[in-house]
Amino acid sequence: MSRLDLADVSPIAEEAPLLDVQGLTKLYGGRVGCEDVSFQLWPGEVLGVVGESGSGKTTLLNCLAARLEPTSGTIHYRMRDGEMADIFALSEPRRRLLTRTDWGFVHQNPRDGLRLSVSAGANVGERLMAVGARHYGAIRAAATDWLDKVEIETQRIDDLPRDFSGGMQQRLQIARNLVSNPRLVFMDEPTGGLDVSVQARLLDLLRGLVRDLGLAAVIVTHDLGVARLLAHRLMVMRGGEVVESGLTDQVLDDPQHPYTQLLASAILQA
Amino acid sequence: MTELLRIIDLEKGFTLHNQGGTRFEVLNNVNFAIEAGECVALDGPSGVGKSTLMRAIYANYMPQAGHVLIRHDAQIVDMVGAPPRLVLEVRRKTLGYVSQFLRAVPRVSALDVVAEPLRALGTDIETARQRAADLLQRLNIPERLWKLAPATFSGGEQQRVNIARGFAAPYPVLLLDEPTASLDATNRSAVQGLIEEARKRGAAILGIFHDREVREALATRLYPMQTAETA
Amino acid sequence: MMDGTSATAATTTGYNFAYLDEQTKRMIRRAILKAVAVPGYQVPFASREMPLPYGWGTGGIQVTASIIGQADVLKVIDQGADDTTNAVSIRKFFGRTTGVATTERTIEATIVQTRHRVPETKLRDDQIIVYQVPVPEPLRWLEPREAETRKMHALSEYGPMHVKLYEDIARYGRVTTAYDYPVMVDGRYLMRPSPIPKFDNPKLDMCPALQLFGAGREKRIYAVPPYTSVKSLDFEDHPFTIESWDEACAICGSTESFLDEVITDDKGGRMFVCSDTDYCGERRKESGDEPA
Repeated sequence: MSRLDLADVSPIAEEAPLLDVQGLTKLYGGRVGCEDVSFQLWPGEVLGVVGESGSGKTTLLNCLAARLEPTSGTIHYRMRDGEMADIFALSEPRRRLLTRTDWGFVHQNPRDGLRLSVSAGANVGERLMAVGARHYGAIRAAATDWLDKVEIETQRIDDLPRDFSGGMQQRLQIARNLVSNPRLVFMDEPTGGLDVSVQARLLDLLRGLVRDLGLAAVIVTHDLGVARLLAHRLMVMRGGEVVESGLTDQVLDDPQHPYTQLLASAILQA
Repeated sequence: MTELLRIIDLEKGFTLHNQGGTRFEVLNNVNFAIEAGECVALDGPSGVGKSTLMRAIYANYMPQAGHVLIRHDAQIVDMVGAPPRLVLEVRRKTLGYVSQFLRAVPRVSALDVVAEPLRALGTDIETARQRAADLLQRLNIPERLWKLAPATFSGGEQQRVNIARGFAAPYPVLLLDEPTASLDATNRSAVQGLIEEARKRGAAILGIFHDREVREALATRLYPMQTAETA
Repeated sequence: MMDGTSATAATTTGYNFAYLDEQTKRMIRRAILKAVAVPGYQVPFASREMPLPYGWGTGGIQVTASIIGQADVLKVIDQGADDTTNAVSIRKFFGRTTGVATTERTIEATIVQTRHRVPETKLRDDQIIVYQVPVPEPLRWLEPREAETRKMHALSEYGPMHVKLYEDIARYGRVTTAYDYPVMVDGRYLMRPSPIPKFDNPKLDMCPALQLFGAGREKRIYAVPPYTSVKSLDFEDHPFTIESWDEACAICGSTESFLDEVITDDKGGRMFVCSDTDYCGERRKESGDEPA
């Protein structure tokens, strides 16, 4: 009873994943975008995808987010009713609705994810209006609340995002995505192109949001420091393939694959 | 007494692929168990793999063979080969680790760095901050620093923040890697007090204590380590 | 009204009845039928070159030409008036190419072709109103790609339209769009009602007359069948409202019609008069105040 015995190890609880990816391959003609990628993601889990430019991580992200149709392989997502839906077998209206409500996508360049010619408040409120919110006051209150959460002064609600700094634009893009309470967010180099101090603030914000909202996220980054701070788990990609995956600190501190060892040893110690 | 941690036939080595595939063994044939209320000190010369063992137990390093069994709530978990989310769950609730260095998050205040493990357990922010404040007080971190991010602190202050963080949550199993190294006498005894308290509440503690006095005062038992035979 | 296909009595010889050849009319009628079947949906059609420049109502003219028959009575208005250049040109065009009767009286007309207004007189179920449309696509301001706007219509993704209304309210405290105010047709398709003042939007809702919309340059036809719901976009807490005036019409005294501001001299003198000349004239007749 009191002695720990190998025979008594508890079976690993079978919990339905939020996202189940099997054998995902994307070919561009004869060239490999990403090849035979399989993984599962559970609610509240942040998966970092790391690798250098051209390793296929952005192709993978775009396939996962249903922005690019894979050549082969499947992506199943657990809908709010519990059904595991094959993303590419869903009708286009359902898929588009899903990507605009239950999912989010944060682009590296906020200009790709924002409407620069409409106000910050409207940028945040758009997703609510898209699913039928028709009360101006309520939409504005939600937008105000989200601007506050992402640390944008609420009196700037009627300003145009083109007048915002890069860091503010990125935070606005995050608010615009999270306002619909998504359960899964895809991020493509969310801190890329920002000053180091601005990056730190954004990382801290993202960490807090992910923890407080119980979000699942797939974050593509080439910055291992960002990956260590944000991701619970890492997938290391090279030449379109996943060469190593596992717990973030284990992959970074005890890398097994030659490529990961090279990558980890190239980090500047701060 | 109840065993909380058992190590079975643990092996760990490293292959340096980018240095001609050099392979060296650090741990082999490691076998021991720790019961609730015990403080076991790893004993052996430096370079023998004490820190490596700690990291292997924490699943920070990936062992080649063996098992790390840990009593986690009503379950028994083998940390070797456990899926990442289970490892994180064990770390969140059961297994604490005080490393030698603080890996601080930019912009987060010392108070919140220390409160974070309790917050992760669902403790409300006020209670968590109160506990954090008590710990920082005991470790003599001046109150004016609490609201600041530890990245700007001196090495000694960072180490004490790190220790406070490690003791914030009542982990049943604690791994302590040189918790008293380079502390002055006052702070060393404060840390000793924390360790004693944890042990008395029933924690199973595995520690590396370089300072012989500290080791003798805290350890209820030693686990001698020897250099691994190279395969 | 389509009984004029074999008509011969055009006053200008050398052209088919109503200018367009019969094959073209059939093509356009097919587009109209489809448009009626799917209220608010923009049906592409092979718009023809007309003897007027684009922007002068070539879409409306082609629709009218395809539905007009010998027994029809045509009224053409521009900004509510029968005597403006555009209205006169189009009325003359049909007079010469069809020989059908024309009128300025809304109640006498079987077909009303209009630019920028809906008559104040309530339309009946034996009438058709044809709107001239410069830009048919309500989503164009936010999405330049036609393939994407068609997909947005197909999937009823109209949320971004409210972004525009939101912006107006945030900036000015109210929706400032005053004409071509977007509407939902039959709860399904988002539609531009053509550049009519929003004052006229309520007239589209449950209108007994068939409403046809033609955009010549953009090559689109759409329709609102009789008694179809047409709702102007709004917010629950900022409901759709129409314009109102502090003045009454200086000629007929109406307080219920859409008024134009007319500058009477260069000393700041001005007056407000009904934009619908037929309505204004009829009211004066009724009150015995008919001009000599």
